[in-house]
Amino acid sequence: MECYLDNAATTKVSDNVYAKLSEVYLKEFGNPSSMHKVGMEAEKHVKASRESICKILKCESSEIVFTSGGTESNNMALIGAALANNRQGKHIITTRMEHASVYNPVLFLENLGFEVSFCEVDENGIVDMDSLLSLLRDDTVLVSVMFVNNEVGSVNPVADISKAIKEKNPKVLFHVDAIQAFGKFTIVPKKMGIDLLSVSGHKIHGPKGSGFLYIRKGVKVKPIINGGGQESGMRSGTENVPAIAGLGVASEDMYNNLEANRKKMFALKTRLINGLMAIEGTHVHTISNRLENSEELDEIVALTAPHIVSCGFEGVRSEVLLHALEEKGVYVSSGSACSSNHPAISGTLKAIKSEQKYLDSTIRFSFCVNTTEEEIDYALETLKELLPVLRRFRRK
Amino acid sequence: MEYKALLVKYGEIGIKGKNRGSFERALCTQIEMHLERLGQFTVVREQGRIFIACPDEYDYDETIEELQKVFGIHAISPVMVIESIDWDNITAEVLKYVDEKYPDKHFTFRVNAKRADKHYPIESPDMCCKLGESILHAYPETKVDIHTPQVLLTLEVRNRAYIYSETIPGAGGMPIGTAGKAMLLLSGGIDSPVAGYMIAKRGVEIEATYFHAPPYTSERAKQKVIDLAKIISAYCGPIKLNIVNFTDIQLYIYEQCPHEQLTIIMRRYMMKIAEKLADKGKCIGLVTGESIGQVASQTMQSLNCTNAVCSMPVYRPLIAFDKQDIVDISQKINAFETSIQPFEDCCTIFVAKHPVTHPILSGIEKSELKLAEKIDELVETALNTVEVVECRR
Repeated sequence: MECYLDNAATTKVSDNVYAKLSEVYLKEFGNPSSMHKVGMEAEKHVKASRESICKILKCESSEIVFTSGGTESNNMALIGAALANNRQGKHIITTRMEHASVYNPVLFLENLGFEVSFCEVDENGIVDMDSLLSLLRDDTVLVSVMFVNNEVGSVNPVADISKAIKEKNPKVLFHVDAIQAFGKFTIVPKKMGIDLLSVSGHKIHGPKGSGFLYIRKGVKVKPIINGGGQESGMRSGTENVPAIAGLGVASEDMYNNLEANRKKMFALKTRLINGLMAIEGTHVHTISNRLENSEELDEIVALTAPHIVSCGFEGVRSEVLLHALEEKGVYVSSGSACSSNHPAISGTLKAIKSEQKYLDSTIRFSFCVNTTEEEIDYALETLKELLPVLRRFRRK
Repeated sequence: MEYKALLVKYGEIGIKGKNRGSFERALCTQIEMHLERLGQFTVVREQGRIFIACPDEYDYDETIEELQKVFGIHAISPVMVIESIDWDNITAEVLKYVDEKYPDKHFTFRVNAKRADKHYPIESPDMCCKLGESILHAYPETKVDIHTPQVLLTLEVRNRAYIYSETIPGAGGMPIGTAGKAMLLLSGGIDSPVAGYMIAKRGVEIEATYFHAPPYTSERAKQKVIDLAKIISAYCGPIKLNIVNFTDIQLYIYEQCPHEQLTIIMRRYMMKIAEKLADKGKCIGLVTGESIGQVASQTMQSLNCTNAVCSMPVYRPLIAFDKQDIVDISQKINAFETSIQPFEDCCTIFVAKHPVTHPILSGIEKSELKLAEKIDELVETALNTVEVVECRR
C-alpha cells in the first residue's frame, strides 16, 4: 500500500487544477502584457483567479499580489513592509517557531539594521500574549505570527493577537503566514485585523510556484522584485498564468467544501491520535499535554489544525523511522531536522519545550481531503510492526 | 586561431619495451572513447606519439578539457596545419602563427624544425636558421635562446607542415585497461572516490561496491554514491556499481558482538563481501580510501584486522595522505561538492561513542565466533540480492 501522509510538505495537484493548467498551457498561453487578443485571453485567467480569491477572503482585487509561492510572499511581506515603513521605526517582532521563510528574511532585516525580538510560545505551540505585548514598543513596525504551525499544527488566535497589539500600538503592521492555514480555515483578513497574509498554492492541491500575498489597502509595501511593473508594480515578471489560474481553481475547491473537508480531516486526525497514543513511548505534541487535564480528545483536536499530527517516538531516530516507513510505502516528514546537521533553524519543538528525548525522534503526519481511514490504519499497523524492531537497535 | 590537429605526448608508456604497441593502442582507444561525443576526430599512432586530426568544426576548449581527463596523456599540443609546404608559404604562416599566438613579442625562442621527407629541398638545421632569422626580422623585440627558450617553436615538414609551440599538461598516468581490474569500496565520503580515481590513473579498470543499510541510510545516500560513481567515471570509464544490502548483517553484528568492535567487524565483512564480488567480476585487487589514523577504523591496528580477511591485495592509494591533500584532489575531479552532501551522517546510530582504536586480531576473531550461527547465510543473502547499477556519465 502506498500512503502519502506528507501533505503539509506538498500535495498532489487535483484533477480540476490539472485540467485548468493544461488548458492554459496549451491553449491560452499568451503574455497578459501583450496588447493583442492572445494576451488578453491569458489576462482573463489571472483576473478570474484573483476574483475567486477575493471572494474567499472578502477583499478587493487590488489587495492580492500573485507570487511564486509562500516563501516569496513571506519575503515580500516582511522585507517589503519593513523597508517601506522604516521611518516609523525599526523594530520587528516574530515568534520562536516561525518557518525558515519568515525567520531568514527577518535575520536579513536584522543585518540591515532592524532590531528583531522573538516572542515566546507555550507548550501547545500558541503565542504567549504576555510575552508578545511586553515586547511591543512604539517603534515596532511589524509583528509576524504564523496562523498554523507547520511542524506541530498548532493554531494561533490571530484575530485576538491583532486586537491586542493594535490596541497598544495602532500603527503596527500585522503579518500572518497562513501557508498551512489557507484552505483549512475561514480567513477574512479585514475582520481579523490582518494587514499582510501569505499563501501558497501547492499546499492545497494547486501548482508549485503559485501563491499570493494579501496586502490590505493602504498598507505600504516596497516591491522586492522590480522590472516590467506587473501586478501593479508590486511583483514584476511575466505572470505565471497557468499557475495563477490553477491556484484560483484550487482555492475555490477548498472553500466550496470547507466544512465537510475539515470534518473529515478532524476525524482522521482523531483516529490517528488514538492509535498513536495506544502505542507505548509516544507523545503527540500539543495534544498529549492537554489530555492530562482530562479534556475530551475531540475538543482538544478541534483547537488544532485538522491536517497535521506531530508525534514523538521514544528511542527511535526520526530519520530512521521515516526511512523504515518509506520502505513500507508510508511517506511522512521528520518533525525536526537531524540536529547534528542543522543545529539552528528547526525551532518549533524547542520553542514548545518538548522533552529532549523527542527532539530527534518526532515524525509529522499530514493529510489532505483524499486521505482515507485505511491509510491511517495502515500507517498505524506499520508503526506497530516497525517500532519494536527499531527500538532494539539504539545507539549505545 | 584554428587548430586542425592535436599532438598527444605520452611520457611513461613510451619507455615500455615490447608492450609499447598495446599501451599505445589502449591510449588511442581511450582517446577515441573520450572524444566520441565531441565530433569526428581521427586518432593515429605515429612515431612515439599520437596525432589527432580534428573535424572542421569542434569546440576547442571542451576538447582539451576532455583530453585532460584521459589517463596516459603526458601533454597535449595544439597544432596549426599548413597545407602547402612551399618554403615561402611556410615562413609566412609561421610568422602569422607567432603574431597571433604571442601578442607581446618580448620573449626568447628557439626553432626546432624537422623534415620527415628527406627529399625536401631544405635540410633540418637550415630550416631552423632560416625560420629563426625570419622571426627575428619580422619581430625585432624577440630574442633567440638556444638553451632555455621561453617559446619552443616546433616545425615538422611532412606532406603537410605542422607548427606547434604550446604544451598543455595532461592527466599523466597510464591508459585505462593496461593494468587489470580492481574492486573499489565506494562509500559516500570524500576519500573513496579519490582512491578510485588514483588507482584508475595507473591504468586500472574499476568496478565498485557500495554497502547500503536501509532504513538507516536513505535512498538519497544511495543516489549520492551513484552520482559519485558517475563523476569518477568521467576519468575511469564506465563503472559497474554493486549495491549490497548490508542492514541485516549490521544488525546481527550489533546484537552479537561488543559494541565498540562493531565498526571493525562490520568492515571485515564488507571486505569479505567485496572480495567475493571482486572474484566474480574478475578483479585482482581491492581498493579503499583508507588513510592511516584518519578515524578509529583506520589505525594501523584496525587496518591489520580488516586486512586479515582478504587474500587479494588491498590497494590503499591514500594511505599516507593528509585529509586536505585528499580534499584538494576531490575538488580537482569535481567530486567534493557531491561528497559533502550530508545524507550519510544519518546512520551514525551504529557507531559506538568510543570505538576500539587498537583492536587485537585474535580478540576480534573471538568476537566473531558469536556470529557463527547465521552470518554465512546472511552474507549469502546479501550476495544474492546485489543491485547492479551501470554508472557512466
